[in-house]
Amino acid sequence: MTYITKPQLHHPGLAKNALGFTRRDYEGSVSTLCAGCGHDSISAAIIQAVYELELPPHKIAKLSGIGCSSKTPDYFLGASHGFNTVHGRMPSVLTGANLANKDLIYLGVSGDGDSASIGLGQFAHAMRRGVNMLYIVENNGVYGLTKGQFSATSDKGSKSKRGVVNHDAGIDLVGMALQLGATFVARSFSGDKDQLTPLIKAGLMHKGAAFIDCISPCVQFNNHDGSTKSFDYVREHNEAVNRLDVISPRAPIRVDYAPGETVRVQQHDGQVLSLHKLAELYNPNNRAQALGYLQARQARGQVVTGLLYVDPQSGDLHDALDTVATPLNELGEAELVPGAAALAKINAGLR
Amino acid sequence: MPEQVKPRVNDFVVKFANVNGSGSASANGLFARSILRMGVPVAARNIFPSNIQGLPTWYEVRVTEAGHLGRRGGVDLMVAMNPQTWDKDLAEIETGGVLFYDSTKPMPASKFRDDITVVGVPLTAMCNERYQVPRERQLFKNVVYVGALAALLGIETATIQQLISEDFAGRQRLIDANFEALKMGHDYVTQNLEPLKLQVRRADRVGDRIYVEGNAAAALGAVYGGATVCAWYPITPSTSLAEAFTGYCADLRTDPETGQARYAIVQAEDEIASIGIVVGAGWNGARAFTATSGPGISLMTEFIGLSYFAEIPAVIFDVQRGGPSTGMPTRTQQADLLAAAYASHGDTKHPMLLPADPGECFEMGALAFDLADRLQTTIFVMLDLDIGMNEWLTAPFAWDDARKLDRGKVMTYEELEAGRDFGRYLDVDGDGIPYRTYPGVHPTKGAYFTRGTSRNPYARYSEEGSVYVDNMERLLRKFDSAKALMPAPIVRKAKRKTRDGAIYFGSSTGAMHEALEALEGQGRHLDALRVRGFPFAGEVFEFIAAHDRVFVVEQNRDAQLRTLIVTEGEVDPAKLVPVLHYDGTPITARFIAGEIATLMAVGSVIEAAE
Repeated sequence: MTYITKPQLHHPGLAKNALGFTRRDYEGSVSTLCAGCGHDSISAAIIQAVYELELPPHKIAKLSGIGCSSKTPDYFLGASHGFNTVHGRMPSVLTGANLANKDLIYLGVSGDGDSASIGLGQFAHAMRRGVNMLYIVENNGVYGLTKGQFSATSDKGSKSKRGVVNHDAGIDLVGMALQLGATFVARSFSGDKDQLTPLIKAGLMHKGAAFIDCISPCVQFNNHDGSTKSFDYVREHNEAVNRLDVISPRAPIRVDYAPGETVRVQQHDGQVLSLHKLAELYNPNNRAQALGYLQARQARGQVVTGLLYVDPQSGDLHDALDTVATPLNELGEAELVPGAAALAKINAGLR
Repeated sequence: MPEQVKPRVNDFVVKFANVNGSGSASANGLFARSILRMGVPVAARNIFPSNIQGLPTWYEVRVTEAGHLGRRGGVDLMVAMNPQTWDKDLAEIETGGVLFYDSTKPMPASKFRDDITVVGVPLTAMCNERYQVPRERQLFKNVVYVGALAALLGIETATIQQLISEDFAGRQRLIDANFEALKMGHDYVTQNLEPLKLQVRRADRVGDRIYVEGNAAAALGAVYGGATVCAWYPITPSTSLAEAFTGYCADLRTDPETGQARYAIVQAEDEIASIGIVVGAGWNGARAFTATSGPGISLMTEFIGLSYFAEIPAVIFDVQRGGPSTGMPTRTQQADLLAAAYASHGDTKHPMLLPADPGECFEMGALAFDLADRLQTTIFVMLDLDIGMNEWLTAPFAWDDARKLDRGKVMTYEELEAGRDFGRYLDVDGDGIPYRTYPGVHPTKGAYFTRGTSRNPYARYSEEGSVYVDNMERLLRKFDSAKALMPAPIVRKAKRKTRDGAIYFGSSTGAMHEALEALEGQGRHLDALRVRGFPFAGEVFEFIAAHDRVFVVEQNRDAQLRTLIVTEGEVDPAKLVPVLHYDGTPITARFIAGEIATLMAVGSVIEAAE
């Protein structure tokens, strides 16, 4: 929580990015989550991603709902404005913030309770509107803050720490995001930073609704035998379809993978997503195939990870509304107030 | 047929009884506007059902040279076009009044009254003879009766024709067809009937006033108030506010060079998302609003609490309808006052603006955005169906081009750069209002974490009791600062010194003023005060203190304004006598005058007995 502040002094030898920021400059307060929580790994990946993208922290707005995951925006990007909103309603608040200022980068952080239960409606509508954002669900399949109840993403048949078996079908947010029209859909695992960090980078730079479902085991309540969201289960059943590198036009990043089939996807801003394919037949530009692949693997108990779908021609809500280039919150009287003369005309038409 | 008792010029009530979906609305509107064009004020009200087609609907037009824009009560001329409601409509006519009906089918004498004048025009027969297409028969029947009524009441044909020409400009075929139907009705009356003793006579009492719905006026106010983000969910009777905003923005807020929008309007998935979008936009420095009605307020309360506690500007136009629950969606009430004033769990209070007519809907619609930015909280603009969805005669909209949008206390890049201390919830000026920053303003200063949880003046999480209490006390100071910013109440002094007073607000105003005149005619004198904002100005309590008994007139069951006054001012409830009208129809002057006269008479009897 924010009353625990970190020392501001940095080691003089810390590497700086092109903006002169060290990785530490992208950190936030000390996390108050449980030691070993997957969410903290995601926070670390966010910090790494923003540092590598060389984004000025104050140009990012981070928003969340309520829950363990929604507390995390306090623990990264301390120099960014943040908004811990109400339960399940982050998507609407983020949508409004985005409408007010199209020039900031919007990061929405949510959890499976926040997005798949109370917030399922808002999650759906933010995706279908194409709000320009990266929406990360830190998915642990359990209610951590209230000590271990099943969440809506808990798989049917999975067992709680107290031995109760979940009888409800689990909601797959990745499948939903694909159906709802999200233009960037990925799944990753908090324990796989090498896969997650580039996905966050790509998602942040994507124009339109980008969604990452990040499985994030709960060390307290959902990391036992019988859980389908435990570290062991996910490691054993993870089926990564690809490995991603983000090559920005400004600072190309060397691809470290061994030679294999690589798909290059150029985004609207010139950025190139270099996808190292692991699954032979997987095509990340086909929404329908992505859905089919996902469901087929799911039926076999596999958890597909990687960049599952990206639309390089994506647009966003501002495109749909055809708003002016200047952020709406910067418009002044001259642009907004039509004045007395226009009013006189309106009056004349009402007589 | 009995002799009509009282000849009446420019002072009577016409009520049209129609079937919903029969196309009567535009013809009835034409009737009202033609009288307005003759310089005679009208007050017209739709009384309509919550469905699309087939249920009874009424349109009441008060012709009032004296300019009484409230409802009077009673009907002098009933245009009975709906057989379903015949008996009820017939019963509503004042003794000596007039029934106008479609005489195509013969009616038994038992279906009439002998104390009224009955005027029959065979509308259906005339239309069936002239038109072949069923839809035309239906639609033109409405225009035929307007023509007949014009002849009966002395409304100038040329004036009606002028309006038809304006309405259908460029569509000559429609103009000709309407002219023909109009003439058909007019000719029938001149050839077969006598004019009524209810007459419209050209006057000069409308002046430069405009005729407009409150919802459209409020939407235009939002445009002038600098609103750029509107998120809404359709709900009667507020829908036309968001739609009017959409229309006005297309006309007034399109970048002339690029054709792009200087606004963003989202029809959200529900009311919760609507207010969420508004709060997000307000947090990020845009002026944002939603329009809704009571059920929407219920859904929005969690966010309203967040706006209060995290101090985020938001504007909500609440066009009130009959509650609770789904209630009476197409009927009017002033029954959301308490729900709005104290919306959300925990201790909260929210400023409210209480417009009395579309003119004030415009003014307060614009003012609300300055207040929201200044006070960094949700501002309610409390319309109701009567103001929102009916066209009212109102003073023309006015705007001072020198007026600046008041963006409130926003710390700038320069101030942050100069090292000015920024505490998001720090009361630096003693008025309870802190400074805020817009996200992204400065690379290293001014960022903070917004939350609905308790925090210290520097926006850091804190559950410390004293820190929490200090913050809650500051919010009270802020609410107190709001008093001076609200539109002041308006006092209307009685002609004689009196110990009796009346308090009223919103759409009751016209009927209230007329009732005060009637009471004065009976020798009953009351000072009156119109409340225009919450929190209440000190004048409200001074007014109460200066009177022995104050009638509080409102359109709800539970005397909600009275409750607010008692609660906020620690006023002795015994002093405040409720006068309540809440059947869903707009309050009438007769009702108010009758209730107050009775209560005053009873009061005098008790005093005499003592």
